[in-house]
Amino acid sequence: MERFALDAEYANDLPAMQLFLLVLALFLLLNVIAGLFRIIRGPAAADRMMAAQLFGTTGVAILLVLAQGLDAPDLRNVALVFALLAVLATVAFVRTQEGKDRTKRREG
Amino acid sequence: MIAAASVLFCVAGAVFFLAGTVGLLRLPDTFCRLHALTKADNLGLGFIVLGLALDSGSWAVSGKLLLIWLLALLAGTSACYLIANSVLAKREGGGG
Amino acid sequence: MSAAVFFDLLLAVTLVAVAWRVLHAPGTFEAVVVFITLGLLMAIAWARLSAPDIALAEAAVGAGLTGVLLLDTLRALHPGAGDKEPVVRHHPSWAASVAAAVLAGVLVLALLGIPRDAPGLTERVVEELPRSGVSQPVTAVLLNFRSYDTWLELGVLLIAVVAVLSLRAGTGLTGVPPGGAGAPLLWLVRLLVPMVVLVGGYLLWLGKSAAGGAFQAGVLLGAAGVLLWLAGQRPVPREWQWRLLLALGFAAFLGIGGVLMAGGRLLFEYPPELAGTLILLIETGAAVSIGATMAALFIGLHFRTGEISTGGADDT
Repeated sequence: MERFALDAEYANDLPAMQLFLLVLALFLLLNVIAGLFRIIRGPAAADRMMAAQLFGTTGVAILLVLAQGLDAPDLRNVALVFALLAVLATVAFVRTQEGKDRTKRREG
Repeated sequence: MIAAASVLFCVAGAVFFLAGTVGLLRLPDTFCRLHALTKADNLGLGFIVLGLALDSGSWAVSGKLLLIWLLALLAGTSACYLIANSVLAKREGGGG
Repeated sequence: MSAAVFFDLLLAVTLVAVAWRVLHAPGTFEAVVVFITLGLLMAIAWARLSAPDIALAEAAVGAGLTGVLLLDTLRALHPGAGDKEPVVRHHPSWAASVAAAVLAGVLVLALLGIPRDAPGLTERVVEELPRSGVSQPVTAVLLNFRSYDTWLELGVLLIAVVAVLSLRAGTGLTGVPPGGAGAPLLWLVRLLVPMVVLVGGYLLWLGKSAAGGAFQAGVLLGAAGVLLWLAGQRPVPREWQWRLLLALGFAAFLGIGGVLMAGGRLLFEYPPELAGTLILLIETGAAVSIGATMAALFIGLHFRTGEISTGGADDT
């Protein structure tokens, strides 16, 4: 199955190392897929949100592994952006939830 | 030799990610599941970063990887704390 | 590389499955969270397609800002969403399904019809790259060879934010309920926002030689603004400051084009020795504008006493 996109040059890695990294990325992707079931099931909103947060971290790992395995250093910047902004949704979640419980709100 | 160490660290990281996912799916309570997150963040990503840094053989790349790990730690820790507080506040305030 | 094929296959199947779930999730909150996950998976897909620029944009917008906008909208529309959710009923439309299938078929045929070895414009771009002022082909195309398109796209963004802001007033979207943020959130934001701004600047500068550029940097700046807002840090800019920030990108681009035309050149025909500098100037203005746009989409314009009753009108 040929792809139209061109892969980056495979520079200094042993082919075995590259294969290992791709398998690792595959494994991490399977973790994300497994975590999706928590989003589907998890009774509380917080369960769903924490799964999304975990996916953020796993996504960072996948991108870093791909950056090394495909020799694509730009992907490390993508991982950097992920690490920074994945928490944004969680922060928004927490703040929008806060407004709903007007009975008792704790500080901190 | 370095390649072997790199593979070992990456595998360790993968194990911790697996632990995080299994914890997310199987632990009985919202608060328990939050524990699973931090394992993946700290040790899972940490070991993978270590393994990749060894494989890259470059100080610049290793520095960037370290930075990304620290930021992920910062974000993950705060996220867990915030979510836990939010759930606690909801339970105390709304009664479930 | 069969491992790569497995990865891509799995990713593609997951993307379709997740997209289906977004539309068919029984609760709206779940749909929002699944949508955020879709953004993450899309970013990985772009990375696999060797498009790091788009992966950067998707990571910032799809997995970050879009989630924030949707969560706020959800709060305004369905205050109880999350645990007790309204069940969404689905009425599939046969006409839409058939039309979508036909479109998909046409796209696949078109894709298969692309000659396998056609280089497209790659060679022309590579030829002209040294004269473009930058060394990364995507930036060269966006900011030099096809700068007219980019300029107009900035105009589209401006129109979009004006439309959104004018429609916001009647809704319950406040950005976040009033009240201060707790200590952990403040701590996080205090450490995170400077890093976000720094990485934004880094990506802006990096656009000359690697994936990056104005849009990605702008989105990061917008995210920094949103983070500050979510942590309860207001003051917002005054009205004239908002307008200046929003219009800066489009105006700077136009201004430089105008100056070039006054000097006897075509619109956006940069003199090759100045091209790099001009591109950097334009990108900086564009990044600031895009950042203000992203922030304004979420925050709205609070230069009068408006939806948020923090008491401050337009003090800064």
